[in-house]
Amino acid sequence: MTAVTDRPVPAPDIAPNFATTPSGRRRKRTNAIMAGLVTLAFLIALVPLISLLTEVVIRGGSTLTWQFLTTDMTGVFGDSLDGGVSHAILGTLQITGLATLISAPIGLLAAIYLVEYGHGRLARTLTFFVDVMTGIPSIVAGLFAVALFAILIGPAYRSGVMGAIALSVLMIPVVVRSCEEMLKLVPNELREASYALGVPKYLTITKVVLRTSLAGIVTSIVLAIARVIGETAPLLLTVGIVTSTNASMLEGRVATLPVFAYSQYSQDALGVGADRAWGAALVLILIIMILNLVARFISSRFSIAEK
Amino acid sequence: MSTDVTPEAPGAEGRPLASRRGSTPGRFGNRLFAGLSTASGILILVTLAAVAIFLVREALPAITASPAAYADFTRDLNLGQYIAPLVFGTVLAALIALVIAVPLSIGIALFIAHYAPKRLSGPVAYVVDLLAAIPSVVYGLWGFFWLVPKIGPIMDWISQKLGFIPIFADYAPPAKNITSAAIVLAVMILPIITAVSREVFLQTPRLHIEASLALGATRWEVARQAILPFGRSGVISASMLGLGRALGETMAVLMILAPFARGTEVYSFKILASAEHQTIAANIAQQIREAHGMGVSVLIASGLALFAITLVVNMAARWIVARRAAFSGAN
Repeated sequence: MTAVTDRPVPAPDIAPNFATTPSGRRRKRTNAIMAGLVTLAFLIALVPLISLLTEVVIRGGSTLTWQFLTTDMTGVFGDSLDGGVSHAILGTLQITGLATLISAPIGLLAAIYLVEYGHGRLARTLTFFVDVMTGIPSIVAGLFAVALFAILIGPAYRSGVMGAIALSVLMIPVVVRSCEEMLKLVPNELREASYALGVPKYLTITKVVLRTSLAGIVTSIVLAIARVIGETAPLLLTVGIVTSTNASMLEGRVATLPVFAYSQYSQDALGVGADRAWGAALVLILIIMILNLVARFISSRFSIAEK
Repeated sequence: MSTDVTPEAPGAEGRPLASRRGSTPGRFGNRLFAGLSTASGILILVTLAAVAIFLVREALPAITASPAAYADFTRDLNLGQYIAPLVFGTVLAALIALVIAVPLSIGIALFIAHYAPKRLSGPVAYVVDLLAAIPSVVYGLWGFFWLVPKIGPIMDWISQKLGFIPIFADYAPPAKNITSAAIVLAVMILPIITAVSREVFLQTPRLHIEASLALGATRWEVARQAILPFGRSGVISASMLGLGRALGETMAVLMILAPFARGTEVYSFKILASAEHQTIAANIAQQIREAHGMGVSVLIASGLALFAITLVVNMAARWIVARRAAFSGAN
């Protein structure tokens, strides 16, 4: 029985040559079909990525001018194309900056606890709940900030600090997780060598462990910033949107890029609002891209050489 | 060697001796540092507890009050009647997203771990991870401006051809329905499900794969006999992590889904129908501006429900991961 197929399928490198029996042909066909499907799955995932990036670049690029970056929305009405996102860029930097100031020390210290100190029940509980905390929906973090400040100050209070607190709830677990990984990379021999020289534990941690993993830690924190800088829902609930720069973090609403994009979209999705929303989206993606590049640069330039 | 040092001795000598009590130099620093890092760990646990406590405290007025107190806000629905349809919409959207995302993620993870050449698997994984870096508001814009117009005709066609199946009935343009929102959610949860599945697939013991190959298995048969069974619990927990993400996602739903109007059918399985669903998160974001006093409390109560649901899903997912790590022997 010689089975001559008119279009022989090239055999995968590890598949034995068994194209001579019916079951062999079936298995071979299944193998080829599944290989195709698996590759197709990846190609399907490319569709949203590519279409999204081209949309953002094309539609956002047409809005992105120097004037868009350097003016705010004070006194901009109707269909006028004036105005820009300077206040939202500043607000995003303010709030994310404050959130980082809160999250980075707490997250790093908790990671140090987990790697250097914790071995008992508290450490296991903490590991578990840090994981659980990474799953808190961002809107719940926003509601938490609203509830917290409603009790502390008053229900109508809105300020940048609220947004920073909400973002911190989302950011801390990310920082803990990634810093923990970085600290675990430090070889134990270094710690033991340090102890052998009689160096106290806290100095071993600060001068040996942290110094060795510094690049990794900075990278982790930068990536955590990149993760939360695009958060929209918690900021929508806590800091809202305004038309001009608000330098105060303690008083009044603050404009941020993601909320700016959303509010422009929701006000005027078919007119200039859409253009501004895409422009803000492009600025946001550029900031995230820069943060990611910075992180890559730090980790490739300064990290411990991996053999 | 001075073993007996009186408490006054350090002061007399100007500087405290490091070896004052045996061999514990840096005692204070050690304590301070251990204390600080332990305190940070505890603070995180306290924060998580505080999230729950403050939400409960602010939700209590709505939970305990009579429905008349917030009837203006909920249009004469009691708290259960108000929240239950939102829970239904939330779960439905997340499940549709999961149905789309899980097979794709398994495929991509297999592609990275098993099919792609070594050179290619790194960049491919990176490209999929890029999807996780894009802010949700940008996904919302993309969904509204790119996906909805393109998917509308497809949904129309499905609704016409398969409309006799109830879930596909009654498509009405524009395609701002729950399926469009769920597709965007699926794209958003794709990276996390792929990343976790990829990791467990890569952990498949080399010997399992080689044993399968030695029996003459094709590449797909290796995947089916060795990799997929090994990674099954990992894929399940990855899917649950994705489910948790999808349940809590706000912006994509808020910007794409046209919410149900009051008085319409609120438990609708017609996934292509317009204005018949809404999710908890999107509802909070939409209503919070108009809400005051009791209204905020009602919304926080719905947020509490969302928090509880995602907490259970995430804890279950983590529990499966932890159990697997303990018993698999892979690490």
